[in-house]
Amino acid sequence: MIGLAGATLVACADKPFPSRQLAGANPTEGLRLIEAEGCGACHHIPGVQWPRGAVGGSLDNLQAQAMIAGRFPNRPNVMIAWLRDAPAMAPDTAMPASRLTQDQARDVAAYLYSLDAD
Amino acid sequence: MQTDAPPAHGSLKGWPPPALDPAGPFAAPLNSLTWGLLAMTAAVLAIVVVALALALFAPRAWRKRLGGERLVWIAGIAFPVVVLSALLVWGLSLTHRLSEPPRPGELRVRVTGEMWWWRVGYLDAAGREAFQDANEIHIPAGRPVALELESTDVIHSLWIPRLNGKLDMIPGRRNILRIQADQPGEYGAQCAEFCGGPHALMALVVVAHAPADYEAWKVKQGEPAAPAPAHAAGKAVFDRAGCGACHAIRGTDANGLAGPDLTHVGSRRTLGAGVLPNNQGALAGWIGDSQAIKPGNRMPAYSVLSGQELRDVSAYLESLK
Repeated sequence: MIGLAGATLVACADKPFPSRQLAGANPTEGLRLIEAEGCGACHHIPGVQWPRGAVGGSLDNLQAQAMIAGRFPNRPNVMIAWLRDAPAMAPDTAMPASRLTQDQARDVAAYLYSLDAD
Repeated sequence: MQTDAPPAHGSLKGWPPPALDPAGPFAAPLNSLTWGLLAMTAAVLAIVVVALALALFAPRAWRKRLGGERLVWIAGIAFPVVVLSALLVWGLSLTHRLSEPPRPGELRVRVTGEMWWWRVGYLDAAGREAFQDANEIHIPAGRPVALELESTDVIHSLWIPRLNGKLDMIPGRRNILRIQADQPGEYGAQCAEFCGGPHALMALVVVAHAPADYEAWKVKQGEPAAPAPAHAAGKAVFDRAGCGACHAIRGTDANGLAGPDLTHVGSRRTLGAGVLPNNQGALAGWIGDSQAIKPGNRMPAYSVLSGQELRDVSAYLESLK
């Protein structure tokens, strides 16, 4: 049991995926924007107690996910573009273009990248 | 990072509700009554505690006085009769005019509690419904408005803490709740009587306009939906999916009566009865699976729509200003 816990800790310490960080972005403001825009209407987002929508995917542990919407590489600049105007990238997506500015989308991405499963 | 604040705009937020922050002449008497009763009960409690302390610890002569028959007559009978009668008269004089029937010329709005939203009908002088809206009550500031409270299913209760007390909406009855907001602004409200599963998610926003703005709003709201050539695809999805069986959009074929009137849904502050911000994304989420947002509500999840269709129909509804 202790050995298993130790192995888990080690696994946490050196993550096999690159960390996705946004210099100077404000994750707290990102969470405020997420609540004000109602992103929870479609997504389950840790930190948002309600609503926990089931239309889009859960955003838990997004920083460890390789692809955005299963088709674009999960890089900060791609994420920001997706948050601002998803249909421009994937015309058949249900996710509408948002009213977020570039800086606001950066803050939202910073919050989403702060979500960690462990 | 956790937050309890609901994301809805204009709805009640946080705790406690602003019941001690009256914003109009029908809430002010209740505020006075609350503080008056609190002061009175605090004073009586203080007197009783002092009398008890004297009875236990005072010198013998004092204790003898406390046991006399005269004190029982004065403090035990005369004092409560006088004080409680005065309180009753004061309370009734403050509150009797809160529930009078509508007066001629008074603005009348019929608010019907539904599981789990509010149907809001604006009545003309003869009591006929001019048009219907949902989940928002618009009033002119500085003028009393008689809300005629009804229910078609179970007992609900309308509570607008800053404008008046709670009043039940009872099937088969019409209760009058009079409100007035002295200043333009938004006043959150909530169903205050448990009415089934999503009761806690049955909220409402009262919007008080400057008088001229109110007249403009009323004219606009009474008009049918403007044609939306830019959103023909979204309207086609709306028609094809059968949304019009439950929802009306005046000026189109959609004439359902079971759910909220959507003629000007894009102009509302909230979605789902005061629970979500109103924008295209939230509309899409609500249509796609409102059951995940407000479990048990009467609208099914529309998982038959494609992503493109969901975006089109939500853009169409958002355009209905």
